[in-house]
Amino acid sequence: MTDIIKLTAAETAAKIASGELTAVEVTEAHLARIEAVDEKVHAFLYVDREGALAQARAVDEKRERGEKLGPLAGVPLALKDIFTTEGVPTTVGSKILEGWIPPYDATLTKRLKAADVVILGKTNMDEFAMGSSTENSAYGPTGNPWDLTKIPGGSGGGSSAALASFQAPLAIGTDTGGSIRQPAAVTGTVGVKPTYGAVSRYGMVAFSSSLDQGGPCARTVLDAALLHEVIAGHDPMDSTSIDAPVPPVVEAARNGSVRGMRVGVVKQFRGEGYQAGVIQRFDESVELLKELGAEIVELDCPSFDLALSAYYLIAPSECSSNLARFDGLRYGLRVGDDGTHSAEEVTSLTREAGFGPEVKRRIMLGTYALSSGYYDAYYGSAQKVRTLITRDFEKAFEQVDVIVSPTTPTTAFPIGERADDPMAMYLADLCTIPTNLAGNAAMSLPCGLAPEDNLPVGLQIIAPAMKDDRLYKVGAAVEAAFVEKWGHPLIEEAPSL
Amino acid sequence: MPGITREEVAHLARLARLELKPEELDRFAGQLYDIIGAVARVSEVADQDVPPTSHPLPLTNVMREDEVRPSLTPEQALSGAPAQEQQRFKVPQILGED
Repeated sequence: MTDIIKLTAAETAAKIASGELTAVEVTEAHLARIEAVDEKVHAFLYVDREGALAQARAVDEKRERGEKLGPLAGVPLALKDIFTTEGVPTTVGSKILEGWIPPYDATLTKRLKAADVVILGKTNMDEFAMGSSTENSAYGPTGNPWDLTKIPGGSGGGSSAALASFQAPLAIGTDTGGSIRQPAAVTGTVGVKPTYGAVSRYGMVAFSSSLDQGGPCARTVLDAALLHEVIAGHDPMDSTSIDAPVPPVVEAARNGSVRGMRVGVVKQFRGEGYQAGVIQRFDESVELLKELGAEIVELDCPSFDLALSAYYLIAPSECSSNLARFDGLRYGLRVGDDGTHSAEEVTSLTREAGFGPEVKRRIMLGTYALSSGYYDAYYGSAQKVRTLITRDFEKAFEQVDVIVSPTTPTTAFPIGERADDPMAMYLADLCTIPTNLAGNAAMSLPCGLAPEDNLPVGLQIIAPAMKDDRLYKVGAAVEAAFVEKWGHPLIEEAPSL
Repeated sequence: MPGITREEVAHLARLARLELKPEELDRFAGQLYDIIGAVARVSEVADQDVPPTSHPLPLTNVMREDEVRPSLTPEQALSGAPAQEQQRFKVPQILGED
């Protein structure tokens, strides 16, 4: 008897399609797991028990009627609480939206439902996706299943923790500066930031609109590809949605290979601040790629040294504008409406009470960067850096098919360690940010445990825009080689909780 | 690098419609000073003759026919309103008495 919660999404879907398991059995097994461990992990902000079981029953009925099922029919998923869900609370990890019930589904939510995926609930996150540890959630931190005293990454720490603790085989994240890849790296799971514009942002609460991108999270490369195919594609409701076919990601994941590929290693992605064990596992991964038939090319991308600085001007600038919609007038929290305060005062009191410290910091940082007198020096220069980074990537991809790097400079750090030091927290996204600024695609997958702390290390693969399939082709080859080397997937070494 | 004073933080907070508490002004002044000091490095490229990038995609206006389509009902649109009256969002007084 196989343990249902340990199955991959692909295995689960096959067993449901063949009738070996029902979608209700699978959903009940995961709800029981959530019941058993989530008090410790705190991956979920809301568990939609009734909704999940209803969706599962619908899948089973569809199968009994002989109707065609989608590739992930009946597979449970943990949805980051940044996507709107009709009739189900959506908080974005913020008190300002506590108790808000959206009247509509995000396009991504609709696609999941149309594909018969079972949405178990909404996962914890840094407030408005601003953070790298999930400690900025207004609803308390999430523990890393590998060590509950460590952070699960952020902003999508609830999604990564749900995967690593076998509460769901699939999850959704969003990645503005690394919020899918960094949590994947520190929890030994797989996360993909698709090309900007590949997955609709309609119904995804905006943080930094030119950087935000939803994407798939899973425990295997193939599962991520199957989910990628469900959620990607053109959406007329999002004016930045790419109107082009989705790259053949599933086919690539089923045919992993790096033979004859040119793989770039960027000299800027190492040095001071990188943990020795992270560099060791990364160097081993590069050796492995060589053994598998890839040609390694050294690359120099000098502008990457300015990426973090540019990001922390651009993202706060866009956030200060986007979050202006939280005015306490139309939805969400309202404070001070007692007849003694003006509308403007009510807005200021509401935002003061509803936003947490990191959100306030970024709103003010953005307000500063965009204010007259500083605009050219800060925001204007940051936009120039963005051009230089895009050019460095263009030059690099003339020489290589993909780039690899560590996903994060360190493994998971202790909860609380960087909570009062914003700059130290920001360094967690050092390797992931350039991709967001340029808009291309990237994946993180596990490449071992760091010897000094036995915590997972992530390998990042970066591909040019619209070449998301290359991530899966390379990722599947690396994953298969590691599983062969270790004798099992890394996630099997995670504590059982 | 100009420092960022408590008064400047108070001004920014007013612009951003945040009614910050006095202790927040002190804390944010220090933190914003540190962050701005660190990110000010971008001005190294200020004199370089490169065009700015505001977005990863070449953006164009997306047009559609101006047709009536299904949308939220008034009840749905108002379902999250802190206060409502006569199918409208009810807000605190915006204009003066006279």
